Amino acid sequence: MLEVTGLHVAYGGIQAVRSITFHVNQGEMVALIGANGAGKTTTLKAIARVIDAVGGDVHFCGEKIDRLAPHDIIRRGIALVPEGRGVFPRLSVAENLAMGAFVRDDKAAIAADLAKVYGYFPRLKERESQLAGTLSGGEQQMLAIGRALMSRPKMLLLDEPSMGLAPIMVQKIFEVVRAVAADGMTILLIEQNAKLALESSQRAYVMESGEITVHGDSAQLLDDPKVRAAYLGE
Amino acid sequence: MKKALSAPNLIIFGVLMFAFVVLQLGLFPGNYPMKLTILYLLALCALFGLGMSFRQHLAGKLLIAAVLVVLPFVSATAGQAWVRILDFAILYAFLALGLNIVVGLAGLLDLGYVAFYAVGAYTWALLASPHFGLHLPFWVILPTGALVACCFGVLLGSPTLKLRGDYLAIVTLGFGEIVRIFMNNLNAPINITNGPQGITLIDPVAIGGFKFSGATQIFGYTLSGPQKYYFLLLVLAILVVIINQRLQNSRIGRAWQAIREDEVAAKAVGINTRNLKLLAFAMGASFGGMAGGVFAAMQGFVSPESFSLNESIMILAMVVLGGMGHIPGVILGAVLLSILPEVLRYGVGPLQTQLFGKMLVDPESLRLLVFGLALVLVMRFKPAGLWPSPERQRELVEGRTEVKP
Repeated sequence: MLEVTGLHVAYGGIQAVRSITFHVNQGEMVALIGANGAGKTTTLKAIARVIDAVGGDVHFCGEKIDRLAPHDIIRRGIALVPEGRGVFPRLSVAENLAMGAFVRDDKAAIAADLAKVYGYFPRLKERESQLAGTLSGGEQQMLAIGRALMSRPKMLLLDEPSMGLAPIMVQKIFEVVRAVAADGMTILLIEQNAKLALESSQRAYVMESGEITVHGDSAQLLDDPKVRAAYLGE
Repeated sequence: MKKALSAPNLIIFGVLMFAFVVLQLGLFPGNYPMKLTILYLLALCALFGLGMSFRQHLAGKLLIAAVLVVLPFVSATAGQAWVRILDFAILYAFLALGLNIVVGLAGLLDLGYVAFYAVGAYTWALLASPHFGLHLPFWVILPTGALVACCFGVLLGSPTLKLRGDYLAIVTLGFGEIVRIFMNNLNAPINITNGPQGITLIDPVAIGGFKFSGATQIFGYTLSGPQKYYFLLLVLAILVVIINQRLQNSRIGRAWQAIREDEVAAKAVGINTRNLKLLAFAMGASFGGMAGGVFAAMQGFVSPESFSLNESIMILAMVVLGGMGHIPGVILGAVLLSILPEVLRYGVGPLQTQLFGKMLVDPESLRLLVFGLALVLVMRFKPAGLWPSPERQRELVEGRTEVKP
C-alpha cells in the first residue's frame, strides 16, 4: 500500500535519512523503531510532505505522492498524528475533531465517524466542550489520534504516541491503536518504546543514524538478541 | 447578574463614578453646558453597556442602535471637534477589525498594517484630487482602494509565508516603513505622491449630488460634515463587523484558527496553509485600504507622516488591549485608545492650568505615559485583553484549576 524507495532527507548539510526503503501492506501495522535522532520522525514527516525530501520515491496505492502538497496527502487517505500530539489548544475537543474532517463535506458520514471516534475514546466524549489545551497529555494524544481518524484515512502515521505519557496511559492508548488496527486500519507506527511497538505490530524496521539496519517480523525481532541488547535494555 | 458585572460594564461604571466625583468637586474645567454634555455622554455609555449586556435580545439591539444614532448629536453640543473624534474612533475600530483578521484569527503578527491603510488613502488621493486631475466617483475608488491594498497584502504576504512570530513581525515592520518611505520619495523623477508635502484638496465622499463634507439641511435640521461621515463610517463599520463575524464562524475562519494554533497540525488535517495565510493578509489589507480611502476623503489631505510605525503599533495595541480575536473586544480597544488621547488633550491640559495655574506636564507626553501604564496594567490583570472572547476567558480559568493526572 505504501512503498518508500530510497528516501533521502537532509537538514542543510546534515543527512537525517539516508536512502531508506520499506513498505507497508494493506491492513498491516508496521513499526519503525530506533533511538532518538535515528531519523524516524523525519521519515514520517517526509511521507506526509510536511518537510521536503532530497531524493527517493514514495508511492501510495500505486500513486506517486512525494511531490504532492501536504494538504493533498490527507485527501489521498494518509493521516499524520504529529509528534508531541499537536492538537489545537484553544479549540474545544469537538472543534478539534471537526477540524480533522476539514477536507470532507459529507455531513452524515462525518457524524458517523465522530460517533466511532467517541466509541474508541469515551473520555473524549466526556470532555467534548473542554479546550484541548487543558486536557492531560494522554487525552491530548487520544484527541490527536481521534482527529486523524476523522478524515477517514486509509492509513495512519503515528509518531510516538507514547511520548511523555504515564505507563497506564500508554497502555490505554495502545489498546485503542490495536483496536483501530483490528478494525482494518493500515498503520505505520514510530516508537522509542521498542518492546511495546514490537508487541503491537506485525512487522518492524529498525532505524539507526538514518538507515534501516534490521527488519523482519516483530515477533522475531523481539527474540533477536541484537535487538534485545540494543533496544530492549538487556 | 454575572453578565451585568462583565468587564465593559465595570469599566463604564468606574468611569461614570469618577466623572461624577470630578464634576461634583467642580474640578473639571469648562463651562456648565460642557459638563452637561459630558454627563450625557457618560449616560449614553452606560446605556450602551446595558444594551451590550442584553444584545441577544431585540430590546438590547434597539438600545444600542438608539445610542449610536443619538451619539453624534449629543457630542455636537460640545463642538464638532468631538464628532470628529467619534469619526476617528469608528475609523480605528474599522482598522482594528481588519488587523484582527490577520493577528487575532490567523495569528500572524503584522507590524506593518498601516502600509495598507496608506495604500488605500493614497489610492483615493490620486484618483480623486486635482493632483492628477482625476475625480472618480466614490463607488469606483473605494473598491479600487480595497483591491490595490489587497494586491499589496498578497505581495507583502507571499515572501513571509515561511516566517513565524518575531521574524514575521520584523519583516512586516520593514514593509510598513518601506511603503511610507516610498510615499515620501515618489515625487521624483515623476511626481506621483507629491512627496512629504502630501496631496491636498482631495474630494470628499459624495453619493450622487450628496456631499459628505460641509453642512446640509435635512428635515429642518442642520447635519454637519463630521456627523454625516459618522453615519457613513457607522454603516461601513457594521458591514465589517458582520463580515468579521461571518468569517470567524466559517470554514475559512476555522482554518485560520487552526493555523494560529499549530501550523504543522493544520497542514496535517489538510489545510492549505499557504493560500489561507495569503487570504488572511489580503482580507486584512483590503479592510485597511478601505479605511484609508475614507480617511483620505474625510481629511481632504494625505501625507506620509500619517502612516508612521507608531500608527501600526497603535492599531495593534487596540487589538491586543481590547481582546485579540474577539470582535466586541477589538472595538472596545479601538474606541478607548482613540478617544483617550483626546480626553487627555481637552481634559487634562485645562485641568492642570486650573489646579496649578500653569501647565506642568504636556498632555502629549502624558498620553504615552498613560498609554504605557494602561498596557502594563492590562497585561498584569487582564492578560487576554479587556474584553476577551469567552473561549479565552474559559481557557484562563480552566488553565488555573487544571489537574494533570
